Amino acid sequence: MNGISFKRLYALLRKEWIQVRRDPMTLRLIIALPVMQLFLFGYAINTNPHNLPTGLLVSEPTKYERAIVTALQNTGYYDIKLYSSEADAERALVTGEALFVINVPPNFDRSVDRGEQPSILIDADATDPSAIGNATAALGAVANVLARDLPPNQQPQPTSTPFQFVVHARYNPEQLTVLNVVPGLICVVLTMSTLLMTTLSITRERERGTMENLIAMPVQPIEIMLAKVVPFIGIGYLQTITILLVSAVVFHLPIRGSVPLLLLALGLFIAGNLALGLTFSTVSSNQMQAQQLAQFSLLPSLILSGFIFPFRGMPIWAQWLGELLPTTHAIRIVRSLLLKGNGAAAIAPELWPIAAFTLVVMGVAVWFYRETLD
Amino acid sequence: MTELVIDVRDLHKKFGERHVVKSLSLQVSRGEICGFLGANGSGKTTTIRMLCGLLAPDSGEGTCLEHDIRREAAQIRRQTGYMTQKFSYYEDLTAKENLELVAGVYEMHDQKAAVRDIMERMNLGRYENQLAGHLSGGWKQRLALAACVLHRPKLLLLDEPTAGVDAKARREFWDLIHDMASEGLTVLVSTHYMDEAERCNRIVYLADGHIVVQGSADEVVNSAGLVVYEAIGDRVDEVSRRIRRAPGVEAAAVFGHALRIAGADRAALQRAIDSFPEFSWHETEPRLEDVFIHQLAAKETPQ
Repeated sequence: MNGISFKRLYALLRKEWIQVRRDPMTLRLIIALPVMQLFLFGYAINTNPHNLPTGLLVSEPTKYERAIVTALQNTGYYDIKLYSSEADAERALVTGEALFVINVPPNFDRSVDRGEQPSILIDADATDPSAIGNATAALGAVANVLARDLPPNQQPQPTSTPFQFVVHARYNPEQLTVLNVVPGLICVVLTMSTLLMTTLSITRERERGTMENLIAMPVQPIEIMLAKVVPFIGIGYLQTITILLVSAVVFHLPIRGSVPLLLLALGLFIAGNLALGLTFSTVSSNQMQAQQLAQFSLLPSLILSGFIFPFRGMPIWAQWLGELLPTTHAIRIVRSLLLKGNGAAAIAPELWPIAAFTLVVMGVAVWFYRETLD
Repeated sequence: MTELVIDVRDLHKKFGERHVVKSLSLQVSRGEICGFLGANGSGKTTTIRMLCGLLAPDSGEGTCLEHDIRREAAQIRRQTGYMTQKFSYYEDLTAKENLELVAGVYEMHDQKAAVRDIMERMNLGRYENQLAGHLSGGWKQRLALAACVLHRPKLLLLDEPTAGVDAKARREFWDLIHDMASEGLTVLVSTHYMDEAERCNRIVYLADGHIVVQGSADEVVNSAGLVVYEAIGDRVDEVSRRIRRAPGVEAAAVFGHALRIAGADRAALQRAIDSFPEFSWHETEPRLEDVFIHQLAAKETPQ
């Protein structure tokens, strides 16, 4: 009864494996969940939206209208439709039919010709700032468009600046959302499956009464825990490889760093999640409670980790909270390895917080487990 | 002197404010079938769990299979088969896979042969590839029994093994238990069925965490000194309601057309039946059930 017996462990592992295999729902979810999310994020979500519906309101015919409309359309952000009255344009904005309404003021042609620098008012629906952000930023370049049409004396003086900024968008030059999302997705899917499923699989034993029997047999708690944990490490890796394969083939995700190093680092991350899952299952008395605990911890992992929203955009206290979460560090590791092609030295600072988290949580699990056994 | 397999003294167990087991002492010798009886919540399950080391007693001590129940729970578990009240094997595993799991966990030498032998003995062969969850109540019980005797334990603790199982399956189940006891296995079994209690070598009756009576079925019946009268008639239901209030009548129950009354005080009982002369009363042998109802009544109305 001293030490771990591999015979017992093998018997327990075999039982866990049969149970996972016999639950078709679990198996399908293991593969379907990450693939579905990948396609949703890859094809459905775009943080840099183009062709936004735009209304144009012109109070009188103008000779510059065509040039301006063409210039706006050429930015790729605006899909322009003419409105005949102010009321129609207002209604379009209210109902969400249009995100922008461009108001060209009366006497626009004359004002331009006289060099009065008139304003064109653009009403924007700012309920979702990120939807219109890039479109409004693109307006800066449009104002110069009339230069060619103006008489020479009205030409704006080309301004000469002492220097200029040149942006070199590295690692993701086309700024594709999907490339940003995949690394985060790997981590979030791993969190969901490993954390949630270990938590459930242990509380299920307790709820169905099978735990009493298991404890009445000569098994060590550590053997039960190991048998619960090992299948999910395998499942975690299966999901990681699925995500990487689909991303590489369908979304042309570059894999610049070392894959073995990535799998090794993710192994530590999986261990952290499993430790948390064990803790949750030891402190909760039924599947419902365990699930609520797991979901409670999932939300900060989604929001504070930099998966959905930019990490640097959060206030300092939220950044500190985010630093505590293993998901935050795991996402940085995956981005660093996949997109930037970094090596082991670059990810070391992200590894130790995950290791520390794992040790602390594992301690809590062991401490609580001793208490609940008797 | 016979070899004691269970020998515990003065066990106590509290769950918070509830004192579930009070000063319980129990001796069971090798090869004995000991029946554990008592109402729900009388402490049967808690006692069984303390015997196999799943729960530590608050005070008291003793041995099971000559191992200390506090310090050597692991050694006790190796030689004990425990069948929980609720089916606690895996419903999503087949009968055979469940048995293989048990054989593996007990690190048996020839696991395949052990599983094959037990399935043959328990007649489980034709269900070997059926999921345990799809088995009927009786076969589930039999699978559970097979699983807890698979590792050839010396002591079997069965917690209401036949609850909700039909009469035929119960009878076969008990035949198996008697077979195994004749081979030297010691059995402690809790039950609510009186016919099962009568098949035990010894009965231990628990109420409110105490042992109230113990002994063989005959001893228990005789020691109670109960007098029982029976009458057959038409208006038994109505008479039963009225006679129940008469002094000296501790229990009155209707069985079809028969009315059965019991009490310890013969004279008082005689007066009670005299007030219903339209019935033809006759004295009859007390049964185990009468004794237990009597015990419960005695506890509820302390004299």
